[in-house]
Amino acid sequence: MTKPDRPRVLLVDDYPDAREMYTEYLEFSGFDVVEAGNGMEALQRAVDTSPDIILMDLSLPVMDGWEATRRLKADQRTALIPVVALTGHALAGISEGAKKAGCDAFVTKPCLPEDLVREIRKILDGPPSSPLRKARRSGKHAKTS
Amino acid sequence: MPSPRAALLAVGAQRPAPRRPRSGPYTGVPRVRVAVEEGPGDEGEFVTARLRLLEGFVAQSELADCAHLALQWLGEVLGIPQSICLVRPSDETSLFVIGTYGLAGSAVSRFSVSLEDWGNPLVTSFANRKEFFFPAPHSAADRKRRPGTPFEDSAFHVLPLGVSGFSEDAFGLLLVGGSAPFRPELHWFTNVFSQKLDQILRQQALADGDRKQGRERSLLYNIINAVTDPILLTDAEGRLLIANARALTLFTASEEESEGRRGAVRMNNMLLSSALSSKAIEETGATRRELLLVNPVDGSDLVFELLSTVTEDARQGSGVVSILRNVTDLRRASEEIEENYRKMRIAEVQARAESDRLNLIIDSVADPIVVTDAGGATSLMNEPAERLFTIPAQASEIEQRWVQANDAHFSSFIAGMLVSADQRRVGEIGLSDPKTGEAMPVEAIAGKVLSEHGELTAVVTILHDRREAIEKALLYEQLKQASDELERKIQAATADIAQQNELLRRQAIELEQASALKSQFLANMSHEFRTPLNAMLGYTSMLLQGVAGPVELPVKRQLGRIESNGRHLLTIINEILDISRIEAGRMPLQLSTFKIPDLVHEVKSELEPIIMRSKLMVTLQLPRDLVPISSDRQKVKQIILNLLSNALKFTHHGSVTIAARRNVRERTVTLSVTDTGIGIAAADQDRIFEDFRQLDNSPTRAYGGTGLGLSICRRLAQMLGGRISVQSQVGKGSTFIVTLPTKGRK
Repeated sequence: MTKPDRPRVLLVDDYPDAREMYTEYLEFSGFDVVEAGNGMEALQRAVDTSPDIILMDLSLPVMDGWEATRRLKADQRTALIPVVALTGHALAGISEGAKKAGCDAFVTKPCLPEDLVREIRKILDGPPSSPLRKARRSGKHAKTS
Repeated sequence: MPSPRAALLAVGAQRPAPRRPRSGPYTGVPRVRVAVEEGPGDEGEFVTARLRLLEGFVAQSELADCAHLALQWLGEVLGIPQSICLVRPSDETSLFVIGTYGLAGSAVSRFSVSLEDWGNPLVTSFANRKEFFFPAPHSAADRKRRPGTPFEDSAFHVLPLGVSGFSEDAFGLLLVGGSAPFRPELHWFTNVFSQKLDQILRQQALADGDRKQGRERSLLYNIINAVTDPILLTDAEGRLLIANARALTLFTASEEESEGRRGAVRMNNMLLSSALSSKAIEETGATRRELLLVNPVDGSDLVFELLSTVTEDARQGSGVVSILRNVTDLRRASEEIEENYRKMRIAEVQARAESDRLNLIIDSVADPIVVTDAGGATSLMNEPAERLFTIPAQASEIEQRWVQANDAHFSSFIAGMLVSADQRRVGEIGLSDPKTGEAMPVEAIAGKVLSEHGELTAVVTILHDRREAIEKALLYEQLKQASDELERKIQAATADIAQQNELLRRQAIELEQASALKSQFLANMSHEFRTPLNAMLGYTSMLLQGVAGPVELPVKRQLGRIESNGRHLLTIINEILDISRIEAGRMPLQLSTFKIPDLVHEVKSELEPIIMRSKLMVTLQLPRDLVPISSDRQKVKQIILNLLSNALKFTHHGSVTIAARRNVRERTVTLSVTDTGIGIAAADQDRIFEDFRQLDNSPTRAYGGTGLGLSICRRLAQMLGGRISVQSQVGKGSTFIVTLPTKGRK
């Protein structure tokens, strides 16, 4: 059961154990979680469910996370949703590529579930002046009213 | 005798004297008619008439006038009605009429008597000086015997005209008409008339002779004048009688001439007369001597050869004819010839010396030289050439044959040269050494020598023995082969080296690729490690947090072990990843300007939980004058983090001090982390920066860690242009010092 005040997280990861673990912890921590196993699926879910934030693994089958992020940012309906890149790759250039693709934050795996939640909360409760946050809030209100 | 000049001028200017025409009116005849009218019978009157005739004759100098006067007198005084006078001019063979009386002009005009007509009785009369009478003819036979005259059939007398005793020949005839017999008065008349005519004829002959003589003299003088040499005639006393134009310029000068010129003339006259007087008195006949005179025109010296001949003249006495031949030019020419001859002699001597020297040179040339004339015959050769082309004394038959063969070869070369238009020709002739018969190829260089008219005068050929050159060429060829061989070997060796280099290069590339592959593999591996480790650590964390429900304390303790070992594993994986990133060059510098104290505080706060647990005193010594440095903040932080972690890990009691110091001169910043820990033995201090090196390598070692931390620190410091070092004493503690440039390298 989803409650309307629970922030919705779109979790994109092709590794089921990790996906399940984060989903369990995020729901435990008070988030509404929508899952996707590849980039293509992520695009569809993002449009369907209008998440508050997207956690995007970069190495994905069918469509990788960079391409999916670019498409999300290019689509008016999903452009304002913050995207947090989540990857086990720690080689230099990865985060650069992710920023270029449109990711708003970058988190390196392994990442403990509580650390990830902290990161998500940081973005969602970002400074009120953040244009991203304002837009999200106004969109949310429009939808609920 | 007038002066020579005047005489000659008179001759030159002579003109025929004006003469009265024969047929012109006669005015000079004295009037004798009155006397005739008085009658011939009177003796006194006749004497008077005769005197008048003689007086008339005196004034006459012309034959025609004289004849006219005489025949008129004959008609008037002696009553002879018709008469004709004929005279033979000198050099003529006919008698011509010079005067008539009482006859019609037409009858007389064509009358003349040819003296060659011996059948003519008039000629007989003339030749024999005999008087004839021709009476009027009575018959045709009579008429035939008579000569044809203007008297026709009338009777007439013929009287020869001539001077008796002086010359036997008559000079004319007097034909007197009338049958009257001879009268003594007629004889007197004939006599007187003949004398008068003879006188006139003689005078005419004399005048003719004078004219002729004058012409001849003029011609002679012209000839003399035409002679460019001065010619003079002087009398016995040395006075100048005749001189030609050239002589006049030397020996005469008028008053108008300049004083210098007159002086020169005086001097010349003096010189001439002294030359002539000394000569003329002493000798006779032609003599030659030299006479030096002055040219009156320009004062220059003239040298003459004086040729004098004494002439004897009955009337004028002896004289001297002198011919002066100008030998000035001759003298000059002679001197020139002498000079030229002298020069020629010198030139000849020089030429001979030159020729000798040339011979010497030609002979001293080691190469054979042959000079051939235009016909191909040898005109000169030097000693080396002689050895090749002349048969030596006591030559063996075979030697002779070699020489002959050489000669034939050379001749054919020269023949080719002679027929060709080439000025020079270079060819090779296969000669033989006459001594040994050894083949002797020579290079022949032939050049044509042309006269100044372009005619071929000689061909000079120099032969150059090519045996040595061929020998050298052979040696050179061998050397070249050896050199080529060497070069081939070098090339082969070089190629080998190049191949090896290429191999090495490929190996290097392969190594590089292998290294890159290794790094990639490690990177991939670390990713693959992380994914499951992520889940393990995640679930452990969730269990410990009681996400799935409350956990018993002993279980919690065991879960804690799983977590710490998982974290250790993660650290190891991270450090391996760092090393592989650095080695793969996939850790680029990201320069920024930051403050060291901020960074140190940041590190300290991150490690705060560990510091709290260790109960160690961590002191910071950060001076205020530290300027911000330009470097890679993340990497500097990693170094400090690592060093501080190590210090905390290996120190059980005491303190840890982080200090920073600026070295203005070196433009560096020094960061030091000092602990009071276990310390490192001097022998081990170098090894601690090696990979996977922990001093206690035993499985049961007391301290955790991968052993990669310092190794990574060293690599990072080097990447940033800095260095890391350690000072330590076992049991006392260690100080790690990192020195970084204030302005990092790019």
